[in-house]
Amino acid sequence: MAEIQIKNYTLNFGPQHPAAHGVLRMVMELDGEVVERIDPHIGLLHRGTEKLIEHKTYMQAMPYFDRLDYVAAMSQEHAFVLAAEKLLGCEVPIRAQYIRVLFSEISRVLNHIMNVCAQAMDVGATTPMLWGFVERETLMEFYERASGARMHAAYFRVGGVHQDITEKLEEDIRTFIKQFPAVLDDIEALLTENRIFKQRNVDIGIVSQEDAMAWGFSGVMLRSTGLAWDLRKSQLYDVYGKMDFDIPVGLNGDCFDRYLMRMEEMRQSLRIIEQCLDQMKPGPVLSTDPKVAPPRRGNMKTSMEALINHFKHYTEGVKVPEGETYTAVEAPKGEFGVYLVSDGSSKPYRCKIRAPGFAHLQGMDFLTKGHMLADASAILGSLDIVFGEVDR
Amino acid sequence: MNEALEELGELITAENSADVISTKVAFDELIVNVRAESVDKVLEFLRNDSNCKFEVLCDVCGVDYPTRAKRFDVVYNLLSLRHNQRIIVKAQTDARTPVPSVVGLFPAANWFEREAWDMYGIMFSGHPDLRRMLTDYGFEGHPLRKDFPLTGYVELRYSEDEKRVVYEPVNLTQEFRKFDFESPWEGAKYVLPGDEKAEGQG
Repeated sequence: MAEIQIKNYTLNFGPQHPAAHGVLRMVMELDGEVVERIDPHIGLLHRGTEKLIEHKTYMQAMPYFDRLDYVAAMSQEHAFVLAAEKLLGCEVPIRAQYIRVLFSEISRVLNHIMNVCAQAMDVGATTPMLWGFVERETLMEFYERASGARMHAAYFRVGGVHQDITEKLEEDIRTFIKQFPAVLDDIEALLTENRIFKQRNVDIGIVSQEDAMAWGFSGVMLRSTGLAWDLRKSQLYDVYGKMDFDIPVGLNGDCFDRYLMRMEEMRQSLRIIEQCLDQMKPGPVLSTDPKVAPPRRGNMKTSMEALINHFKHYTEGVKVPEGETYTAVEAPKGEFGVYLVSDGSSKPYRCKIRAPGFAHLQGMDFLTKGHMLADASAILGSLDIVFGEVDR
Repeated sequence: MNEALEELGELITAENSADVISTKVAFDELIVNVRAESVDKVLEFLRNDSNCKFEVLCDVCGVDYPTRAKRFDVVYNLLSLRHNQRIIVKAQTDARTPVPSVVGLFPAANWFEREAWDMYGIMFSGHPDLRRMLTDYGFEGHPLRKDFPLTGYVELRYSEDEKRVVYEPVNLTQEFRKFDFESPWEGAKYVLPGDEKAEGQG
């Protein structure tokens, strides 16, 4: 019998595909049903955020960060305001720090609900998505009650947060953290011991510690390999130093570990939220330094200086001293960093956004090599990719 | 904190005296300026030396200073999990001189360098696949350069006649508005309109 030449098959995945979590085009080289090579083509959602920021004042630049990872908007804002505050060297009122941590953790829960449920849907389970979104809606209501917007909050400010939160909101968040674990239990009951879910996720997309470090992975992707690395513990910012919480780590570095870790991280986030609410005391929520933050609205009604100050803030903006910094926060997806260069004017000279998803998606090729085509979507789901931040 | 960083900076300079130009500690961060042609050597040292162990490459990016002879900064952000330490390594280059690629040392650099090429036109020698990363297929120019206009040069629309997407020069109904907030009594570095006439009279 003559030798048969088997040609590899090239498949185009996306750019519009329900499992692509946005607009991702992947050129896959397949040998039968086994993936040989993946070449992700990104940039379909590229909006030139970094260029736009260079033409905006610091306050105007801040809302762009909501639009990066729109699933967990406030975590991104956090990185930017921390970077600007570092260059300004300004103090942030303690209550504002608590509110920021509180909302960063709400963002984490928002993100992980979305991811866990979407990952489940990628491998064929539809119910978690429906249950999870009810809770996301509640959380987005909290966003709205604090900032006025469900998704693109633009709530954090250099020097604090825009508005104080009400007592009623604090109460309602407390009610939420009492009720939410039951929902998590329900979702876990559907997935954790589910035979199909396990077959699709256990031992799929395994990352070793060396690989994770070499490829610049962070967040859940890095911790799933057993490294307990969390910026909230190792490079403290705001009031994370006062919080008591645990960091789940994985043992196998596969998709199933990452799912379990996200579930546990949500429970830990609830702990942090509860501690924030317990420790928070009334007080100012925005820096009172007129060089850093605009005056309060009530002040402007009676004080001419406050009015002038407000005008300068909203036209010229804050002049940030010359310097550069790389500031990172532990966003739900991993290390979200902002490399900010100031030339002493009121606009950033350069603002490089280091998105965790960018580094993770880069690993798609080696993660998928040798897996079946159907596993590609499971791996992609567990990477937690949002194209707002990958393409920027 | 800062003493430890300065010590680390001195150590790095001592071990790589030929390649490191200067070190600086600012905002609790260590910045190391290196010669562009030996970026790979310094990064290899930083990764392998037991006092450094900067094993995670967080980010590579460009910064454009059009007035300088070597207009680009290439900035490497490294993280050491072992010592819980960050470092910024910077090298200067221009649009023609390539910087040695560090993909061999850090696979993560692959996309970051592609992005720096795409956005700034910084070349990396020895990069396995220096294609554009974020911009459109067939895009021309390097959008994050300071001399590239915010609005770009082309816009696209779907042409009903040709049944395809066509590119056309950007047509703005209104000029891009750039306000000048420099207060004249804080030492603006330009002549106010009208003031040029007063020069000869005084």
